[in-house]
Amino acid sequence: MLYLRALQNAQPIGKPLFTANPHLMTPILDVRNLSKHYKTVEAVKGISFSIPAGICFGLLGPNGAGKSTTIEMIEGIKTPSSGEIHYKGRNRGADFAQQCGIQFQSTALPDFLLVREVLALFHSFYEKTLGINELVSLCDLGEFLNHEANKLSGGQKQRLLLALALINDPEIVFLDEPTTGLDPQSRRRFWHLVDNIKKQGKTVILTTHYMDEAESLCDDLVIIDHGEIIARGSPRQLLQEHLPHRQISLDANDDFDVSAISGDVTRSPGMLTIETLSVERTLQELQSLNADLSSLRVYNPTLEDLFLKLTGHALRE
Amino acid sequence: MHKFWALFAARNMEFYRDRAALSWAFIFPLLIIVGCALAFSRPDETIIRLGVVGAEQDIAAINLATQRYVESTSYSDKTRALEQIRHHQIDLLIDIKPESLNYWLNPESASGLAARELLRATDADKNLHEQTLSGQAIRYVDWVMPGVLAMNMMFAALFGIGYVIVRYRQNGVLKRFQATPVSSLQFISAQMASRLVIVVLVNSLIFLGCDYFLDLLMLGSYSLLLLIALIGSLSLLSLGLVIASRTASEELAGGLLNTLTWPMMFFSEIWFSLENAPHWMQQFANLMPLTHIVNAARAVMIEGATLSDVNHHLVALLAITVVMLLLAARLFRWQRD
Repeated sequence: MLYLRALQNAQPIGKPLFTANPHLMTPILDVRNLSKHYKTVEAVKGISFSIPAGICFGLLGPNGAGKSTTIEMIEGIKTPSSGEIHYKGRNRGADFAQQCGIQFQSTALPDFLLVREVLALFHSFYEKTLGINELVSLCDLGEFLNHEANKLSGGQKQRLLLALALINDPEIVFLDEPTTGLDPQSRRRFWHLVDNIKKQGKTVILTTHYMDEAESLCDDLVIIDHGEIIARGSPRQLLQEHLPHRQISLDANDDFDVSAISGDVTRSPGMLTIETLSVERTLQELQSLNADLSSLRVYNPTLEDLFLKLTGHALRE
Repeated sequence: MHKFWALFAARNMEFYRDRAALSWAFIFPLLIIVGCALAFSRPDETIIRLGVVGAEQDIAAINLATQRYVESTSYSDKTRALEQIRHHQIDLLIDIKPESLNYWLNPESASGLAARELLRATDADKNLHEQTLSGQAIRYVDWVMPGVLAMNMMFAALFGIGYVIVRYRQNGVLKRFQATPVSSLQFISAQMASRLVIVVLVNSLIFLGCDYFLDLLMLGSYSLLLLIALIGSLSLLSLGLVIASRTASEELAGGLLNTLTWPMMFFSEIWFSLENAPHWMQQFANLMPLTHIVNAARAVMIEGATLSDVNHHLVALLAITVVMLLLAARLFRWQRD
């Protein structure tokens, strides 16, 4: 039931975004009714979206939702069962591999090759390339250029794989769960690199099941569950639309009078929790009641909460 | 072409840096050769090997054949028997005629000379007529060596290309290459070329090493032997490619490769000749690339065969290569299904 309600609440698919800037309206990628059926599983069920150039677009969902299958069909790694994919208004040609950059969820590189040799190998595959030195500084590879590529730490390896995705200076970059399994410090470092890529005007398509990653990086996203899009919009739009309330909690005596406070108030021993549409108004009300605000905490809902609300189950189930 | 050379160089580097695999590529065949040399090259000097042209019952007419330490074999094909005299594989060949006992020997063989003296003593009552032939001795190690090298080539080619591509598919390396502008033809041809160079180089070094230590018989041309090695390796590599074309499990690949290599080890005349085997078995063996490699290399090395003598083997190897490559191209997948 929750799932059906989520579908009813979700924003209609294909609704235009970023109406303010006409330049951003030109879709670099247009996906129509894309489906993928395996023998017994329908992994992707006719999904559609278009992506304006120059943004970071997120595909969010739990493991097994169909994110990777979708992104791999767009990359040309998997063949769709049905549907259309247009890059810059046309079917992707044979040279699409020359124009896009791809980082897979998990990948190995040939054994015994050093990082600089791997870079040189992939460099030889493309017509248009970034200089190796530029790539090394863009992805912070300098400290381990002469290390064996398959013996790098998780964070170092993901940076090398990102460098390989950028080696042809692509206009569009696909990152499939690039920070899964990384420690928090490595993840932040990786986000910083993705920010730099965005600043260069490249379009980034990112799949992740980390909500903080999506909130930090994505300008626009779709949430996918069971092979279908159940919501789309910018993180802020989605939260405003589906979870407009903020939660305020503070320590308070049990006899504290709450009748003048607007919003839903829940009492627990020594503590008040208020669900409000306006934090500012609630704070003014609390001040006028001379409440002790030193213990006050404001909780902003996250995409994690949104996902829970939309699907009825947590992301990492 | 740039992509091909980059992939070729990367694969060579990978093999060269994999010290365990590199060492084993040399150690394994050397172990077999040293084993063979120790086990078979020492002749059993207490036995005179006597050949008789004609039926089994004719042997009884020769007194020498009834002596202890004399082993007799009857031959229906006189030409083949004479070849064996030439290469010291039998010591004395006797052809019984109504009025005389014609015999052949190779005077360079000490056993041959000893056998003649024995014959003169035991069969002095007969009209003996001597003829001689010359030729270098062929030890078992000379005979078995082309087979051992070919077998090593088979393992290096089949497992080398098969396992590497299956492992690449299993761990996602192939998928990463699929996402680049590299075509499957460029990728596969670079893998094959790299392996071809490695297989031929390693086997050439082993051949030279064995030649130095065992003083192998080599009656034919070295360049023809190299040509056989090149075409033979190509046929084996293309067979390996078929196995590796879509398998994503190293266990399954191992099983399939073993299923291919074991019959080839037995039926490709590496260890023993199929000359007297049933016709169907010989036909079956002719379907295997290893049979053609072994027979062509052996003919060049111990019979001094020329290109025109072995070209039917080379044509068969090229035909196997083309069929297998077409099959592999049709079956190939970058990723598991």
